[in-house]
Amino acid sequence: MSITIKDVEHVANLARLELSDTEKEQFAGQLNAILKYAEKLNELDTEGIEPTSHVLPLANVMREDVVKPSWPIEKVLLNAPEDEEGQFKVPAVLE
Amino acid sequence: MSKYETVVGLEVHVELHTKSKIFCGCSTSFGAPPNTHTCPVCLGHPGVLPVLNRQAVEYAMKAAMAINCEVAEWCKFDRKNYFYPDSPKAYQISQFDQPIGQNGWIDIEVNGKTKRIGITRLHLEEDAGKLTHIEGGFGSLVDLNRVGTPLIEIVSEPDLRSPEEAKAYLEKLRAIMQYCDVSDVKMEEGSLRCDANISIRPYGQEKFGIRAELKNMNSFRGVQRGLEYEELRQADILDGGGIVVQETRRWDESQGKTFSMRGKEEAHDYRYFPDPDLVRLHIDSEWKARVKASIPELPDARQARYIEQFGLSSYDAGVLTASMKLADFFEESLKHTSDAKASANWIMGDLLGYLNANNQELGDVKITGQGLGEMIQLIEKGTISTKIAKTVFKGLLETGKSPQQIVEEQGLVQISDEGAILSIVDSVIAANPQSVEDFRNGKEKAIGFLVGQIMKETKGKANPGLVNKLLVERLNA
Repeated sequence: MSITIKDVEHVANLARLELSDTEKEQFAGQLNAILKYAEKLNELDTEGIEPTSHVLPLANVMREDVVKPSWPIEKVLLNAPEDEEGQFKVPAVLE
Repeated sequence: MSKYETVVGLEVHVELHTKSKIFCGCSTSFGAPPNTHTCPVCLGHPGVLPVLNRQAVEYAMKAAMAINCEVAEWCKFDRKNYFYPDSPKAYQISQFDQPIGQNGWIDIEVNGKTKRIGITRLHLEEDAGKLTHIEGGFGSLVDLNRVGTPLIEIVSEPDLRSPEEAKAYLEKLRAIMQYCDVSDVKMEEGSLRCDANISIRPYGQEKFGIRAELKNMNSFRGVQRGLEYEELRQADILDGGGIVVQETRRWDESQGKTFSMRGKEEAHDYRYFPDPDLVRLHIDSEWKARVKASIPELPDARQARYIEQFGLSSYDAGVLTASMKLADFFEESLKHTSDAKASANWIMGDLLGYLNANNQELGDVKITGQGLGEMIQLIEKGTISTKIAKTVFKGLLETGKSPQQIVEEQGLVQISDEGAILSIVDSVIAANPQSVEDFRNGKEKAIGFLVGQIMKETKGKANPGLVNKLLVERLNA
């Protein structure tokens, strides 16, 4: 499998990135190199081995259903470029 | 009869009523000022770690078992990636290929027929925030209080064949979730939400038609109306030789129409992958058994028991068990009277009639099951007539006093003293010679007028059976 310019454009669009033609070429090359490296794994025989979804040999890390204090609103909004009436203000999102 | 068969599958989201969010300790309570129930975890700040709420898992297990799903022994959480301002992490934690429950079913009843509807899956995920739009298109405001509220998504098989079946399915699902006590299941408050996939195909064709996904149906009626509109719209297109476009459409309640939501069409490419912040979930048989034991008697079982135990019709038992509160109310009344049919009739006629007329719920009125049971007992004992009971019932609804107290305060005790009634009968006969004459000349209807006069004299309190008996005796004397 190899990454085409079209794939790069698709992924860039999903990530809301605007790339120049030179960048698209450059990233297609880099992504292909990364995939090629990962392809080495295909040399291993994984027949009969359960797919791993997590690298830690742990399960069931949970907390009890207890309410803890939330953050004060001033702190919540510290990272908001714009806010209004205690809410984050963003460019208009139309349904 | 249309020449097309409708095929519907529903995706239902149910908010689980845990006290805290699914991955952090922020409160899930409804109606707090915007963004005051948030913290770095649900705000999606970098470097934070979500920790799973055990109660959310147990509610999801309970719900899954109540709709006959197989519960996974192992499952995991995945990231569903998309950009939208209601999701500060730019992904939603959900379950992709290992849902907590699979292959379930529920039975619905439509037009007296029972039909089994398959359930593909039930998975656990987190809710998103709420956007409001500033008028004039100057921007949108984001409230992230709801981010991280635990949700279960329940996906049905495309087994529903009409809007009516879809509504029945949704109502049954709501009842089951309510019985299990995992959610408030209020469509108006958004704790129960429903999207629908709907397509039509000529009868006899095996292949499904092209479907539209319907959103924004905010009530049970809305679901039915939206689907009814959509099946006609699609039939019009096919009749005109056109092709239905696969798209997401928005139901507009006020206009009674669906509209295409174009912006939503861009590539649904969610790039799911296992969330590295969350380790796997292992549900062993001991845990499963413990949660299973906490599931109460569900609506179908309760309905069957009412038919068996109290001799109610299937329809009546179905109405009473559609809401657990109503069923509990009914059973409470039966601690005070043995006449189950009378109680069922009062509940289905007078109580539900009153609630519907006033757009209220059982919790909004003051009547208790005990009050109703005691009132029925007063009728059985002859203390009040059925007619007077209507007045008492109104008092129960509005004051919450005991029926005995209402009867005493308003002087509603039935007059069953023969002598007292006889003297009124005599005075009414004396005052209405024309009616008496009519009756004696064979106009049987005249007796109704005389009874009415007697009831009027006694403000409706005279024992009707006794009035009839004594009046006929006197007239035929």
